[in-house]
Amino acid sequence: MIPLNWLLILSGVLFAISVAGMFINRKNLILLLMCVELLLLAVNFNFVAFSRYLNDINGQIFVFFVLTVAAAESAIGLAILVVLFRERRSINVEDLSTLKG
Amino acid sequence: MLVEVLFWVFASILAISALAMITVRNPVHSALLLVLCFFTSAAIWLLLEAEFLAVVLILVYVGAVMVLFLFVVMMLDINIEEVRARVTRYALFGGIVAGVVVFEIVSVVWTRSLGLDVTTGAQPQPANYSNTAELGKLLYTDYVYPFELAAVLLLIAIVAAISLTMRKRAGLKQQNVAAQVAVRREDRVRIVKVAAERPETTTPEKGA
Repeated sequence: MIPLNWLLILSGVLFAISVAGMFINRKNLILLLMCVELLLLAVNFNFVAFSRYLNDINGQIFVFFVLTVAAAESAIGLAILVVLFRERRSINVEDLSTLKG
Repeated sequence: MLVEVLFWVFASILAISALAMITVRNPVHSALLLVLCFFTSAAIWLLLEAEFLAVVLILVYVGAVMVLFLFVVMMLDINIEEVRARVTRYALFGGIVAGVVVFEIVSVVWTRSLGLDVTTGAQPQPANYSNTAELGKLLYTDYVYPFELAAVLLLIAIVAAISLTMRKRAGLKQQNVAAQVAVRREDRVRIVKVAAERPETTTPEKGA
C-alpha cells in the first residue's frame, strides 16, 4: 500500500510548484487563478490522505466543501477578470494600480 | 505492488504536468495541463479509495471550472508576448521559495512523529464498502446545515458572476416588468365626455 508520507511529500511538492508558479507568472491574472486552483488541490490531497489513514471520513467531507468554495471562487474571479478586461483591455497585474495597493 | 507502481507513475505525471503548467508560454496550454493535473489527481484519489471525491473532482473541475477557464482564456484577446515578457526575472526567487516550502514540508513529514505510523499503508476497505454511501450518510446527517449553506454559496456565486458580466447594450428594447405590473387604470384609460350629437336629417341620396 502507499505509505502516508509519500502522499504528504507529493502534496508538498505540488504546493511548492504552485507557489513557484505564482512568482513566475506574476503578471498574468489567469495563470495566478490557475495556480490558486493547484494550491487548493495540493491541500485537498492532505485531507484525503489523512482521512484515509485515520479511517475518518470527515476529512473527505471537508474536501467536498473546499471544492464547492473553490468552484465559487473561480467563477467569481473569472467574472471579475472579464469585467476588468472589458474596462482596461489588459489583465496584466501591473496595470491594475487604481487602488495604489 | 501494482498500487505502488501506479502511484509513482501518476505522481510523476502530476509533478511534471504541474511544472509544465507554470512554465509554458501559452495560457491555453496551461489550462489543458491543469486539466491533466486534475485527472491524475483523481486517479491517485481512486488509489486511496476516495472514489466519490475522484469523480467529483473530474466532474466539477474538469467539467465545469476548467471549461470556464478555457472559455475566458479564449475569449480574452491577450497579447501573450507582452504578458510573458521579463518572466525569468522572478523565476529564481520563485524557485528558492518553492525549494524552502518543499524542505519544510519534507522535514516535518520525515520526523515520523505524527502520532501514527506514516511509513505503512492503510488497510484496504472490504469489498462491500461504499465510499459514496458513507459520505452521503454523513453529509445528510451531521453536515446537513453546512451542505445547505454550500448550496446558498453557489447560488450567490451564480448571481454574482451573472450580474458582474451582464452587459447593458444601448438601443436594446426591453420590457420593464415592474412598470407593467404597477400600472393603474388611470394611466392607461381616459374617459372623455362627448356631447351627444343629433343625427343628420338628410340621408345621402342613393344612385342619384
